[in-house]
Amino acid sequence: MDKILKVENLGKTYQSAGKNLTVLNEVNFSIEAGSTVSIVGPSGSGKTTLLGLCAGLDRSSSGSIELNGLRIDQLSEDKRAQVRNEHVGFIFQNFQLLPTLTALENVMVPLELRGEKNIKGRALDLLDKVGLASRGHHYPSQLSGGEQQRVSLARAFSNSPKILFADEPTGNLDAETSARIVKLLFDLNHEQGTTLVLVTHDMDLAQKTQRIIRIKGGAIISDEFVTSA
Amino acid sequence: MESKRPLNLPWLFKMAWRDSRRNRSRLFLFISSIILGIAALVAIYSFGDNLAEDIDDQAATLLGADLVVSSNKKPSDKIVPLLDSIGNDRSKEQSFASMVLFPTAGGTRLVQIRALEGNYPYYGEIETEPAAAGKTFRQGRDALVDKTLMLQFNTKVGDSIKVGELSFEIAGVLNKAPGQTGLSSSIAPIVYIPFRYLQKTGLMQRGSRVNYKYFYRIGNATQVEKTLKNISGKLEKEGLDYDTIASQKKDTGRSFEDLTQFLSLVGFIALLLGCIGVASSIHIYIREKINSIAVLRCLGLKGWEAFLIYLIQIAGIGLIGGIIGAAIGTLVQQLLPLVLKDILPVAISSNISWAAIGQGILLGLVISVLFGLLPLISIRKISPLNTLRVVHEGASKINDPLKWLVYALVLLFIVAFGYFQLDGIKQALIFTAGVIVSFLVLTGIASLLVWMVRRFFPTSGSYLLRQGLANLFRPNNQTLILIVTIGLGTAFISTLFLVQDILIKRVSLSASGNQPNIVLFDIQPEQKQEIARVTQANRLPIIQQVPIITVRIEEINGKTAAEVKKDSSSKISPKAFGSELRVTFRDTLTAAERISEGKWRGNTDKDGTIYVSLEEQYANRIRVNVGDTLTFNVQGALVPTIVGSFREVDWNRIQTNFRVLFPKGVLEDAPQFHVLITRVPDSKASVSFQQQLVQKFPNISVIDLTLVLSVLDEILTKIGFVIKFMAAFSIVTGVVVLIASVLISKYQRIQESVLLRTMGAKRRQILIITALEYFFLGALASFTGILLSILASWALAKFSFKTAFAPDLSPALVLFVAISMLTVIIGLFNIRGILNRPPLEVLRKDL
Repeated sequence: MDKILKVENLGKTYQSAGKNLTVLNEVNFSIEAGSTVSIVGPSGSGKTTLLGLCAGLDRSSSGSIELNGLRIDQLSEDKRAQVRNEHVGFIFQNFQLLPTLTALENVMVPLELRGEKNIKGRALDLLDKVGLASRGHHYPSQLSGGEQQRVSLARAFSNSPKILFADEPTGNLDAETSARIVKLLFDLNHEQGTTLVLVTHDMDLAQKTQRIIRIKGGAIISDEFVTSA
Repeated sequence: MESKRPLNLPWLFKMAWRDSRRNRSRLFLFISSIILGIAALVAIYSFGDNLAEDIDDQAATLLGADLVVSSNKKPSDKIVPLLDSIGNDRSKEQSFASMVLFPTAGGTRLVQIRALEGNYPYYGEIETEPAAAGKTFRQGRDALVDKTLMLQFNTKVGDSIKVGELSFEIAGVLNKAPGQTGLSSSIAPIVYIPFRYLQKTGLMQRGSRVNYKYFYRIGNATQVEKTLKNISGKLEKEGLDYDTIASQKKDTGRSFEDLTQFLSLVGFIALLLGCIGVASSIHIYIREKINSIAVLRCLGLKGWEAFLIYLIQIAGIGLIGGIIGAAIGTLVQQLLPLVLKDILPVAISSNISWAAIGQGILLGLVISVLFGLLPLISIRKISPLNTLRVVHEGASKINDPLKWLVYALVLLFIVAFGYFQLDGIKQALIFTAGVIVSFLVLTGIASLLVWMVRRFFPTSGSYLLRQGLANLFRPNNQTLILIVTIGLGTAFISTLFLVQDILIKRVSLSASGNQPNIVLFDIQPEQKQEIARVTQANRLPIIQQVPIITVRIEEINGKTAAEVKKDSSSKISPKAFGSELRVTFRDTLTAAERISEGKWRGNTDKDGTIYVSLEEQYANRIRVNVGDTLTFNVQGALVPTIVGSFREVDWNRIQTNFRVLFPKGVLEDAPQFHVLITRVPDSKASVSFQQQLVQKFPNISVIDLTLVLSVLDEILTKIGFVIKFMAAFSIVTGVVVLIASVLISKYQRIQESVLLRTMGAKRRQILIITALEYFFLGALASFTGILLSILASWALAKFSFKTAFAPDLSPALVLFVAISMLTVIIGLFNIRGILNRPPLEVLRKDL
């Protein structure tokens, strides 16, 4: 199977109070297209930093990242933006919907950015899939947390991404809503054949992916495939 | 990867529109800051445009003829045949100041007598009541009397007026003579009499100061030009002045440039305040948009695309602000002619000036974009990583070369705009430097405050005080932006108050105490003793009695007017030769004079060298230096002199002051008249003294300064009203900017206040914390602003108005309290919603 993400000798160091703070050190792994992977670890272990680097949201201090065959660590910020628009989807713990746009408009944005036409129908279909077809004209502040995360799911899949990064997607939700969101996430992922990279504390959620990468102190401490997934 | 994505402008417009939907009220706050500034400028520009057009349209009626030749000395016999041969129709007038007597009312008053012959005016008319009197009064022994005089002496048409030794029947009330303003009629009211009775009045004696005017109807402008080409040389040679409709347009326009320029400057300040408002509002607005922009960046939006979305939004809002401002300005412009009509020579129309409206709208757009650019360009650098955690942009902000380009553009804008409003690059640069210094001082003060509060933060004491203080330096604090905004706003408003005070003090003449209030002019040498006796007999003091001699400058450093004109390298101003000068001689200086350069010599030197003393500003104007030689034409005799000194003169004192002062021993025998200055205790003594003088000495003129002062006071009140009216624009804009800045800052504190509320903070506690934070900000900013304004006003007083700086600081104190309190009140107003609604509802709705 093709590798959609290849990370080699990845390192990230921050300047803090005049001192160098190494958050990630010599991280190596690769992810096959269409697979589901979770990155788990305690708070401050560097997992969100790793997600940000892999998704091209930040620049690494050392090493290389190849996403869908492109060395994104060598691209300019605008080129990385284009890569994200064409190949990447995001789901955030705090939903990150644009507050000034309706639910429908939030879903349409990635497609509009690509300059695609007749997208309203597609966005409505996605909203329908997450059970919010009738709430398309509502603003985020008029939706519950679970509803906002469902809109966020619809948005993440709207541009048919090759890879989807989810940062604690159920972190702000109750158990019942979380279960619904997780089911939707995996169903859509399966339907579209997207690669899924999850960052989570929740081991139950991690167990649902095919592979679990454990990280601690900025380094991978284990990388194992889940047989039951 | 696919090829580079093209810029999708329609989508960017769509996003700008969508994003604005939930922020309309906040966006309105941006434009509220610039609306009033634009309104002020559109009103002033429209007024200026209408004034220029009206002067163009009415120049002919201002002059009343195609050509007017004038002189304040009798034209020589040589030139009279030429004067009698110009044009198709001609009229003449001799005018002079004289006392007149109203026998019915028994009162006297100094007026301007105009003896007229011919059909003048050829354009417009002498406006009278009844209307026909303007033409018919020339047929009998009739007079036209200014309406203010008629009212003052309760006189009606048909009554008589005594001019010199002759009585005239009042044929009509003079409402308006060609070119006359409401103002000039109050100071020197006009009385028209037929020319043929002039000699019989007995007022045309030697030494009388008479103005001679010849009016001509010639035809069209080309014929006027042709005629002038033939005669101008001869007229100039004889020392005669001439005016045509074209030159009248130019001169009138020029005299009102100062007025429109001053008003424009006030409008400019209002607009600059608006700019500060725009910059601070957009700065805070963009700070709140960081998360949304980061999300869009995550979804694939490029840095420049994000920048363009908000640029479109801000430009759109600026455009709307410009349109609203232009509309309000056009309405206000309808009021300006009503306020200013008495000081303008032409009737002002209130036509809509599309050029002014266009300028206003364009300004709204340019200002919003330019002053919004600083925060806007930082959008390009917002990292998508902000979706995962807060990212602090550090050095990249400072190193962004575009930021420096925007700073340069903003400075260029202020300099360029200042240049057009202040009419001089030096003034514009000083103004811009002042703005920069104020900005830097306020930034420094804000940084110092943050440092000091952090450094000396109290470890014990009231939690509320510590929380209020901590808000000044914690992340997301608004210390810098609010101190700079409120401080600059206060500095502008306070400067306006202080300058207004300086201006009013500068022009106010004190009529109180023992100041002189009666001036007698045109006293002939042989009348000098007798008038002094009459004055003393009336138990009135002779405060000053000085001889006055009329002279002209013939040569400067050996060069005549013609030679100076020809010599393009000459620094001497040709204007020096044009006008007649009234000079005096004495051996001492008065209390109103001080030597600023050179040495004062009160007597002629032993070797016969005559050292004159020039008033320093006059010397500057004609561009001569101490040591230069001046040859004066003293009514035919040439007197060579050397400029011995310059004097600084306090013109505000009620006494005779002179541009040129001769030493004793030169002009004693020259033809001269005298001026006597005295003080009458009350109006009864004034009337009695004036009546005795008019009866015994009909040729002398008496100026009752109490009357002039009351007229001046009325004029100053009107001008003061205009100043205050326009200043109100700046002040209201300042308040709007303050409200906008503080209102927008609410979003910085709302989350924390809600959190405190959630943790059980009482209403009173949140109110105190908020009030303390805003009080610290408001008080420090307004205090610094006022200090800056005192510095600016001192500089203006010393270098621009050249006057002593003794400001009345009470308005500044009121301003300090008002702005501090206003900041606290708006701050508290901001959090009222948090106190009255459940925390979750606030977070959902307001964030």
